[in-house]
Amino acid sequence: MDFDLSKPQKLLKETARQFLAREQSWQAIADQGWMDLILPEELVELAVVMEEMGRACLPGPFLSNVFATALLRAAASPEQQARWLPPIAAGEMKATVAILEEGASWDLDAIGSSFVVGGSSTNGERRTKYFVADADVADLIFCVGAECAVSAASALSIEPMPSMDETRKLFEVTLEGGEPLPGGRDAVRAAVDIATVALSAEMVGGMQWVLDTTVEYAKTRQQFGRAIGSFQAVQHQCADMLLMTESARSAMYYAAFAPTPLAVSVAKAYCSDAYREVCNRGIQVHGGIGFTWEHRLQLYTKRSKSSETTFGDATFHRERIASLVVDELSTDVQNIRRATDGVHHSSSDRSSASVHPDRIVRTGASHGG
Amino acid sequence: MDLNLTPAEQSFRDEFRSWLKANVPEPWTKDGGEYVDYLRRWQRKLFDGGWAGIAWPKQYGGRGATLIEQSIFQEELALADAPHLIGTIGLSLVGPTIIALGSEEQKARYLAPILAGDEIWCQGFSEPNAGSDLASLGTKAVRDGDAFVVNGQKIWTSFAQMADYCLLLVRTDFDSPKHKGITCLLVDMRTPGISVRPLRMMSGDSGFNEVFFTDVRVPVTQVLGAINNGWTTAITALMNERANLGTGIQVIFKRNLNALIARSRTIDRNGRPASADPIVRQKLAQAYLELEILHLNTNRALTALSKTRVPGAEGSIQKIYWSEMNQRMQQTAQEVLGPYGQLLDFDNGMWQYAYLRSRGNTIEAGTSEIQRNIVAERVLGLPKSY
Repeated sequence: MDFDLSKPQKLLKETARQFLAREQSWQAIADQGWMDLILPEELVELAVVMEEMGRACLPGPFLSNVFATALLRAAASPEQQARWLPPIAAGEMKATVAILEEGASWDLDAIGSSFVVGGSSTNGERRTKYFVADADVADLIFCVGAECAVSAASALSIEPMPSMDETRKLFEVTLEGGEPLPGGRDAVRAAVDIATVALSAEMVGGMQWVLDTTVEYAKTRQQFGRAIGSFQAVQHQCADMLLMTESARSAMYYAAFAPTPLAVSVAKAYCSDAYREVCNRGIQVHGGIGFTWEHRLQLYTKRSKSSETTFGDATFHRERIASLVVDELSTDVQNIRRATDGVHHSSSDRSSASVHPDRIVRTGASHGG
Repeated sequence: MDLNLTPAEQSFRDEFRSWLKANVPEPWTKDGGEYVDYLRRWQRKLFDGGWAGIAWPKQYGGRGATLIEQSIFQEELALADAPHLIGTIGLSLVGPTIIALGSEEQKARYLAPILAGDEIWCQGFSEPNAGSDLASLGTKAVRDGDAFVVNGQKIWTSFAQMADYCLLLVRTDFDSPKHKGITCLLVDMRTPGISVRPLRMMSGDSGFNEVFFTDVRVPVTQVLGAINNGWTTAITALMNERANLGTGIQVIFKRNLNALIARSRTIDRNGRPASADPIVRQKLAQAYLELEILHLNTNRALTALSKTRVPGAEGSIQKIYWSEMNQRMQQTAQEVLGPYGQLLDFDNGMWQYAYLRSRGNTIEAGTSEIQRNIVAERVLGLPKSY
């Protein structure tokens, strides 16, 4: 077992960090070939890059492109993939995915749109989708409709939904159905999970920036004739920020290594709470300056809030975890049957996915490691 | 990054698992003689099977196991419901410290009986007035010819009631700064002048003791490390203690959470099983994810430790995480079980016990406050606070 980045992965991280520190233009980023990292066996590499993007609080549609690419890989026909993936990977085309409706639920079963029909033509029905990221710059918008049917839709109107995080703009989009993709619910679910891992990686990177910046400030800011970082009340805030950042990182890289629904929800539930909390503690340690518009902390704080709800917040993912480990009798729980007297058990013998590393069998090519 | 066990790690696990299957004794009962003897027999069995002191170098009778293998070892012991390791202080703390700092005579005399479970050790560090500030300890040792004469009191001493030897910190220089006047002694617990009084915890068990020393003569040859350099010895011992990242306890937590999940299906909450209540589901899921992340954090820390080989402050992060996580989990258990959680005869009283016992988790082996100081200063590089 080796739960650490490999040498090539560390090099990729360092390269991405240096690159993003000097270059944030879309084409330059696309030229790095990072969009190609959405193959299942390269998810850890994608997470490495996304972590650095989160650290830089990079604006722009990279995450939307990742989501669309994951959706294409999971749901599109080989011909559609050949048509759309190369220009997206090259940065010539930008894409996004429209899922949420007025109820703003990430429960895929709750998508009530009758928007997309089978076959190659649309019935012309129009549908409004909300909280669609980067719709203003997208060349392609994939719409997830009822029964998780996906189509490449055309936008009839794109209206901004002004929100606190100006680095990730949201839109209300009225769409008309277009070319359908053959994949259904499982494909959409898999794509959302991949995008959730990517977002969690961004969140970990953001936490690291806030932690580093706060610790640096605590070392230099003087009050009562000494650095405020010498006060235990401040030290313990910083120690908690480290604990949360590292725990989020463990959960996120595990989900990148083995993106099971359980592992993804563990990561997103933890990251959603932790990123917000790390920002809050960071502001507290900074004092007044941390609350100002001019300090970059505000960008991360706002990103933490937008990231918290994107792809489902902690409450949403905890309920998903509960449906996997409370509703289904895991093998471990079955063992408890013998140990616990007088407990009534359900007759279900389905076993839930286990996320213990020694039980993962990974297939496919191994890159780095 | 590869989170699968290597073939070597897998075969280590398989070998130990099948050994345990054949050798773990039936649970102790009063008909089976003294509990202490039962535990000693168990350690002897481990020793005979080649499974005692697996982390020790081969030249001292150990197995030279990697850190990952040590973690597998702890997990398998817990999974197999094996009895406690009575010699754990000797195996994980005293032995490695003697290997690191002991004389050849000390190694030859003490290491083998620790492995075999023939000699049980305790650790005389904390005192009534020296807890978190351990270096301010006041137990006196005054030189008298070829011996030190020890007077004072230790507290929170696990295993003292059954121990043969004690790794004892005493003050031998009263004029130097507090860290510079400490000496570490290897003390025979049968020496005249030593008395042990058990302390009962709020959970009802008496794992801890007070130990009193009155004119106890300890030969000078029993100094471990150098005279007045005992603080270095203590730090070596404590780092070894914290390097044990709590891998065994995680299996116990997992079993506890699984039992709670099973219970949540049978406990009524507003006319339906608690497991169907949205708030209970949120709390169980939170406990589940926190425990999963503890496991993942451990594997990351083990990987890091395997590469640096120096136990460091990672142990402090682990300690904060598992102790506070367990307290939250036990509070969740109490909320799920409602009034039943407090009963001494419901599930054999395991829930009220686990709740009460967890209060000690953030205090024993270094309080959460001390651990956060260590993280802030040694990991984050913040200035010293005291």
